[in-house]
Amino acid sequence: MEVTRRGFLKVSGAALVSGGLGVSLKPVAAHAQPLKIQYAKETTTICPYCSVGCGIIVSTRGGKVVNTEGDPDHPISQGSLCSKGGSIYQLSVNKGRLDKPLYRAPYATEWKEVSLEWALDEIARRIKDSRDKSFTEFNEKGQKVNRTNGIASIGSAAMDNEECYIYQKFLRSLGLVYIEHQARI
Amino acid sequence: MTNHWIDIQFSDCILAMGSNPASNHPISFKYIQKAMEKGATLVNVDPRFTQTSSRAHLYAPLRSGTDIAFLGGMIKYILDNNLYNEKYVKFYSNAPFLVNPAFRLPGENDGVFSGLNGTKYDKSTWSFQKGADGVILKDPTLQDPNCVFQLLRKQYDRYTPELVSKITGTPVDKLLQVYKTYAATGQKGKAGTILYAMGWTQHTVGVQNIRAMSIIQTLLANMGVAGGGVNALRGESNVQGSTDYALLFHILPGYLRAPLASLPSLKDYIEKSTPATTEPKSLNWWKNYSKYITSLLRAFYGMNATPEEAYDLLPRLEDGKNYSWLSLFDAMYKGEFTGFFSWGQNPACSGASSNKTRQAMAKLDWMVNVNIFDSETGSFWKGPGMDPAKIKTEVFMLPCSASIEKEGSITNSGRWMQWRYKAVNSPGEATPDGELISELFLKVRDLYEKEGGPLKEAVTKLTWDYGPKDAFGRVTHLDVHAIAKEINGYFLEDKEINGVLYKKGSLVPSFALLQDDGSTSSGNWLYCNSYTEKGNMAARRSRKDTTPIGIYPEWAWSWPVNRRIIYNGASVDPETGQPWDTEHPVILWDGAKWTGDVPDGVAAPGAGRPPFIMKPDGVASIFGPGLADGPFPEHYEPLECPIDKNLLSPQFINPTIRRFDVGGTELDLRATCDPRFPFVCSTYRVSEHWQTGLMTRWCSWLAEMQPSMFVEMSEELAKLKGIGNGDAVTVRSVRGEVDAVAIVTARFKPFDINGQTIHQVGIPWHYGWVTTAMRKYSHDDKKPEVFTFGDSANLLTPFIGDPNTMIPESKAFMVNVDRKGVK
Repeated sequence: MEVTRRGFLKVSGAALVSGGLGVSLKPVAAHAQPLKIQYAKETTTICPYCSVGCGIIVSTRGGKVVNTEGDPDHPISQGSLCSKGGSIYQLSVNKGRLDKPLYRAPYATEWKEVSLEWALDEIARRIKDSRDKSFTEFNEKGQKVNRTNGIASIGSAAMDNEECYIYQKFLRSLGLVYIEHQARI
Repeated sequence: MTNHWIDIQFSDCILAMGSNPASNHPISFKYIQKAMEKGATLVNVDPRFTQTSSRAHLYAPLRSGTDIAFLGGMIKYILDNNLYNEKYVKFYSNAPFLVNPAFRLPGENDGVFSGLNGTKYDKSTWSFQKGADGVILKDPTLQDPNCVFQLLRKQYDRYTPELVSKITGTPVDKLLQVYKTYAATGQKGKAGTILYAMGWTQHTVGVQNIRAMSIIQTLLANMGVAGGGVNALRGESNVQGSTDYALLFHILPGYLRAPLASLPSLKDYIEKSTPATTEPKSLNWWKNYSKYITSLLRAFYGMNATPEEAYDLLPRLEDGKNYSWLSLFDAMYKGEFTGFFSWGQNPACSGASSNKTRQAMAKLDWMVNVNIFDSETGSFWKGPGMDPAKIKTEVFMLPCSASIEKEGSITNSGRWMQWRYKAVNSPGEATPDGELISELFLKVRDLYEKEGGPLKEAVTKLTWDYGPKDAFGRVTHLDVHAIAKEINGYFLEDKEINGVLYKKGSLVPSFALLQDDGSTSSGNWLYCNSYTEKGNMAARRSRKDTTPIGIYPEWAWSWPVNRRIIYNGASVDPETGQPWDTEHPVILWDGAKWTGDVPDGVAAPGAGRPPFIMKPDGVASIFGPGLADGPFPEHYEPLECPIDKNLLSPQFINPTIRRFDVGGTELDLRATCDPRFPFVCSTYRVSEHWQTGLMTRWCSWLAEMQPSMFVEMSEELAKLKGIGNGDAVTVRSVRGEVDAVAIVTARFKPFDINGQTIHQVGIPWHYGWVTTAMRKYSHDDKKPEVFTFGDSANLLTPFIGDPNTMIPESKAFMVNVDRKGVK
């Protein structure tokens, strides 16, 4: 049986009340349903929202996230999470997630679904064309500048360190100088 | 943060100013409460009575944009009442340094420092006096009228409680209570901490807000100690890391400078970038600059180029030109770019003056937007006021993986680098950002190898050894561990250092061993020591801690070299080496070495080495001549403000800001002291949403709790405008308007500013016109019960930034509020 969020709240609310009265739950009630993380695989992660860096345990079963909750071993958060950190289950189990590359042609009024391979090929072509067209090897003073003036990039503090590192390495190899992200705002 | 989250519990007084940790960093409050349980005082200064205020012992309101006046008054209070740690100030700061006698303070120079020329300072008088040997002259008694300490006293003598109160709107008795409470942390053994966030950075005096507090922390000996420090509560899970990795125009990884056009060779660059000192006992850590840049160039181009050749391939900035966010979107609006990446970011809602940002994207030929949900940025061409049939921009929207769908590390605000693991596959074709970046790079490299192009070697010679390769040398599966190791760095040849042989191909144990002869690589010297022959330090999960200050040295890893409290050399007495706070020592001398945290810059007790080793002279800069707008903080009004003069001086606003509204585009508008926009407005956040709401608006549990844009206002203002709680209203600035629900509360109170009643309102910035209602539904979908509505607060914010950082002034601008349909 799937425990809905509201149902879960009701159950925990009831447990809290009986606990407060000093009445223990009957064993039959405690065993009425298996734990939702039974047979699940646990993976640790760090919350993707603010910068406190709270620990979260993600439970997966059959390749699906079945539960996310605070990591009690984490020395900062010690199992606690805020409303956002407590909801990262919904970042994975979410019908709104983008799952196909989309392309919008010039002057088009709609998105078109495209394959990732096609999109990356097209983007690579445009990067090269824009770079080649705008590449400036020397400025007006004759100083070497090696700049691609026609492309700008922003992002991202939402990426991992290793991703940030290869992203800036890539952009700098292209000659971009307009490289910015969230830290500036 | 100089310190870290757990450390807050050792504070005796916590000042939350320019931040609202209870709402925006909720788990940090665990440690604020722990400190309070042990007797600490929580002081909160904010224009609005927030959730943090509700738990504070002392709350003081202030008008947005007047923090320097408030803090300048505190500096005066500390000096007038002799509440500073005299030894700390003498030994650990530049207070005794003698300044050029020609230097003038704003109080004697029409509100500006000496040397103002148009919008730029000639800093020649912002210098120190030097003896014949080149060493800076000092007065250890702090009495010389030209010494930094006496200039500090003179500068803030003007900031009397009465005048400060007229500017800030904070009642005098509240000001004095805050000053007295916080200044008490200057006693030996006491620690005070500052928790600040965007409430301080998003101003045209943002850097000077933080400078003012840094001066206070230095006077009170709060730097380097447990429960102290200057602590920026950063807003994103990895914004510390993405800054360390230099996704910013002006730096390379590890805070190395971006090369300039005027520095043609690596030698020129190193000479210009390496600071020198004449202070005999200063360690001047940046003297190692050449080792870090050389190792970085090796990480970029490996053995495919010598470090000199690799430098020759790097892009150079035009000297004096700014390429930061506002300049970038200004250039985009003027049609300077054909291509644009918006990678994991939503500028259509997060950029100041968002109308300009949105219009700017319509000037592009192509753009790439990478994210996990649809956004106002990717879909800008069909947003409000846009006619897709007239917008040429091609848009590629690539779906990426969420954090739990990939492996890698992130760095929190306390500099802890923590490893995350992949728990589950991504939906459909959603792909980790790293793999998208790698695929794009390899495709571009293929094109350059096949077709050639200008300076193609910059691309084709770049090393990309991040996993197994196919017959064409392309990485087939991105191995993030290989990247993490490149970041740490390798020995590229056998190298003997201090009698120890390090084998070619082994990982460098620490940045102290990086070389400038090309024999080592490191993609970010600050992270050298994070992935060594002992393994992946960020993945450690031991809770072992033998210190009394909760540093958990074997949990994850902290930069630099696993040091948990930076500047900790200042936590001990310079002469005896005894900790100022014997109950919570950060480092302890056992007779032969320091124990506790990894010691920072400190030599044996009494050796006289000044501990702020990242500063050339080794001391904290009470006088800071490096900034664009003055060596001391000075109060100026925000670009848009409700009063027509600066009560402190004839200089109204910061004279050094780059004014886009003067000679700028038709969208760069300003309305100050304008009866059409009479109310001060500030933006803020709620616990349930994050940033532009791009992630959280799609999560129904969160959307249900905070479904819509609102504007919070006082009961007095609501009465004045005939607005009821819950009414639909429109908030307008000269740049745009946004609909909102009115929340009428006692949390805002009108300010008395120099006898004038000034109202302030507040708006969250988490909303945008894309909502879950717009997603595609399939037949088995359950419709989400709630949709968010509203648009971005940044439609109203001004296009203006701090002169040092160019961070926009989103926290103080002028608006009007009316019931919807009323104008």
